[in-house]
Amino acid sequence: MTADPVDIALFAAKLGAVFFAVLTLAAYLVFAERRILAWIQDRKGPNRVGPFGLLQPLADVIKLLTKEDLVPAAADRWLFYLAPAMAAIPALLIFSVIPFGAPLTIAGHTLPLLIADLNVGLLFFLALSSIAVYGVAIGGWASNSKYSLLGGIRGLAQLISYELSMGLALVPVVMMSRSFSMTDIVTAQQSMPFIVYQPLAFIIFLISITAECRRIPFDLPEAEGELVAGFHTEYSGMRFGLFFVGEYINIIVLGGLAATFFLGGWHGPLLPPVIWFSIKTLAFAFLMIWLRGTLPRLRYDQLMHLGWKILTPLALFNILVTAWLLFLTS
Amino acid sequence: MSIFKETRNLLGGLGITLRHMLAKPVTIQYPEEKRTLPSRFRARIVLTRDPDGDERCVACYLCSAACPVDCISMQSGERPNGRRYAEWFRINFSRCIFCGLCAEACPTLAIQMTPDYEFCKRDIREMIYEKEDLLIDGCGKDDSYNFYRHAGIGVTQPRGEGLEETRPVDARSLMP
Repeated sequence: MTADPVDIALFAAKLGAVFFAVLTLAAYLVFAERRILAWIQDRKGPNRVGPFGLLQPLADVIKLLTKEDLVPAAADRWLFYLAPAMAAIPALLIFSVIPFGAPLTIAGHTLPLLIADLNVGLLFFLALSSIAVYGVAIGGWASNSKYSLLGGIRGLAQLISYELSMGLALVPVVMMSRSFSMTDIVTAQQSMPFIVYQPLAFIIFLISITAECRRIPFDLPEAEGELVAGFHTEYSGMRFGLFFVGEYINIIVLGGLAATFFLGGWHGPLLPPVIWFSIKTLAFAFLMIWLRGTLPRLRYDQLMHLGWKILTPLALFNILVTAWLLFLTS
Repeated sequence: MSIFKETRNLLGGLGITLRHMLAKPVTIQYPEEKRTLPSRFRARIVLTRDPDGDERCVACYLCSAACPVDCISMQSGERPNGRRYAEWFRINFSRCIFCGLCAEACPTLAIQMTPDYEFCKRDIREMIYEKEDLLIDGCGKDDSYNFYRHAGIGVTQPRGEGLEETRPVDARSLMP
């Protein structure tokens, strides 16, 4: 990029807007989750703060910020401080490679609606999603509590059982778009989203990213029925809040990725591209909440079984079939 | 194949939660909406009066003896005609557990429970209700019962004047 001041200003504005949008959306996703879960359970949910309870996230943030910041005496202080950031920041960083709209043209300057058009965007996502689990593992380790440690270990063990199938589910996408760049992947779906050609890969990816979000039915690192609160048992105040908000940023980001890889990204009829992208992302977020209201938690060995014995072989089989078909048609 | 069955089960579960999501919540928004309570709801205790307007309590201490948390205390007194009453009567509502045993123990239906559950005070001493606070003007749940019409023979009325009584027989006149 040339050092044109208009370009720099546009980029800064884009950066600020994305930051603001993702964080606000994450805060309101917490609120939406509480309301929707309440509806599922025939309750009303938080509706007291502001009209329809819409100021509830603000009240939550004030509460978390004014809470005592407690560090257990036996904890590894610096790792304990570091872990929440390690859980939240990779999630935010992944969003930088997601194209959330068609390129805009403002006053003769083209503004691509994504932060960084990496030519290895997909690999960047896979790398960062693996780093994010270090937040869980380090948080669990540094707390020096048995529940946290078990949660952290589960987080790592869970990672190796779903990450493989997640990566393998994306291989057909790369094969069909012939690129690791997110922009190219979206462009390749201009006529038809990949979910039509790759329904199996989409389902495998969907199950894997549910595990990646560490949410029910795969919330083994948290498992409040067994491990108190798992890896964040010892966290309080805004440090806990960072773990918490990281989880919701993760939902948004993974929803955006599912939209980008399989649902055609920002492509869609009639409505503006950014709206289409938002609809697809929020539909995924809704699905996550809906699943949470429906399913019980899997047992530990069941997740391992699902990841290693079912999803990974299926994904490999899918790659073979895709390669064969691509070879025949080319 | 079990995968089809399990997928169907999964979708069925999602369908049930979706149906409940769209159904009307059962929540009652308490301070704004209140449900109508049954008349036998056990909350604030009152002392009632008999149909003639006199207080029913005869200070028999049965309620305070029945009370599992000892929140009822009183001092009995006697009117010149022998009719017993409570000189003072005190319920400490900060201890009361609203079990209703006092109302069950009461032989004269004087002490009764009402559905008024919303009372709280800034100062805990205000939760101690004296006789003036407890006594109400009505009869409560039974508006015809009057203890001394049935029992307490010879105290407020001559012998034989009670409802289930016959006049006393003059033993000397009972000749064969």
